Amino acid sequence: MLPEKPIHLMLHVFRARGIMRRYAITNGFDGVLTILGMLTGFYFSDFHDLPVALSACMGAAIALFISGLSSAYLSEKAERTLELKHLEQALARNLDSSDYGQASRFLPLLVAFSNGFSPLILSLFILLPLFFADNLMALGLSPLLSAIGLAFVCIFLLGVLLGKISQTFWLWAGIRALLLALVTVAIISFFEI
Amino acid sequence: MAVIRKLVLDVLKPHQPNAIDFSVALADLGADYRVNLMVAEMDEKTETTVITIEGNNISYDQVVAIIEKMGASIHSIDEVEIHSSEAL
Repeated sequence: MLPEKPIHLMLHVFRARGIMRRYAITNGFDGVLTILGMLTGFYFSDFHDLPVALSACMGAAIALFISGLSSAYLSEKAERTLELKHLEQALARNLDSSDYGQASRFLPLLVAFSNGFSPLILSLFILLPLFFADNLMALGLSPLLSAIGLAFVCIFLLGVLLGKISQTFWLWAGIRALLLALVTVAIISFFEI
Repeated sequence: MAVIRKLVLDVLKPHQPNAIDFSVALADLGADYRVNLMVAEMDEKTETTVITIEGNNISYDQVVAIIEKMGASIHSIDEVEIHSSEAL
């Protein structure tokens, strides 16, 4: 007996999961490196006004969220519409009411959400030490350094995820991503000094 | 009332869903449906298929609806077997 498979629209969603993953990781990297860059800049310039730093980073995170959401939706929608038109020409029929039509309306939204939310969620995670700055300082920890540390953890985990996807050695993939973050920090520190 | 026992359809379908998923969706329409799908011609975006459906009481409307929902279109009904209610 053939296994129960989700048919119709879900098949289109399953086929699009690679695209969603790619968008999420790409924009996730963007988000983490942007926030890491800002935090590093604040740290090396001896900027100690944490509420202002938090506001600036939150502004960047929200801008990345809106940019990710809208850019992925517009580009994916355009691609899907073109693909649907070509298929309609080949089949000589209107596909609006078919699974293809539904997928061309639904998938751009799904891709846009994964592209928009990945940098926002990662940025909010990195910024946690700034939200709890008072508690961390009471413990003798620097909120900025803790946030930079979390950014390195995120970058490493994104690298590990890429290693798992490409079925290569996860540790090497993680270290490679971490090196990219270190190079970013080194370049920023060079300009700050 | 007459019932459809066999349908042979000339169907132009996109490559996705593939032949197995397409046939499973058709077979799931009835408890005793038997479906045979043969790809007659392959194009860049489409494939011409000959689909044979056999069953005790085939619902043509449901078959058309599911085929169109999956993005395919029926070109022609190539063969049909109808039994009258007395023959059942």
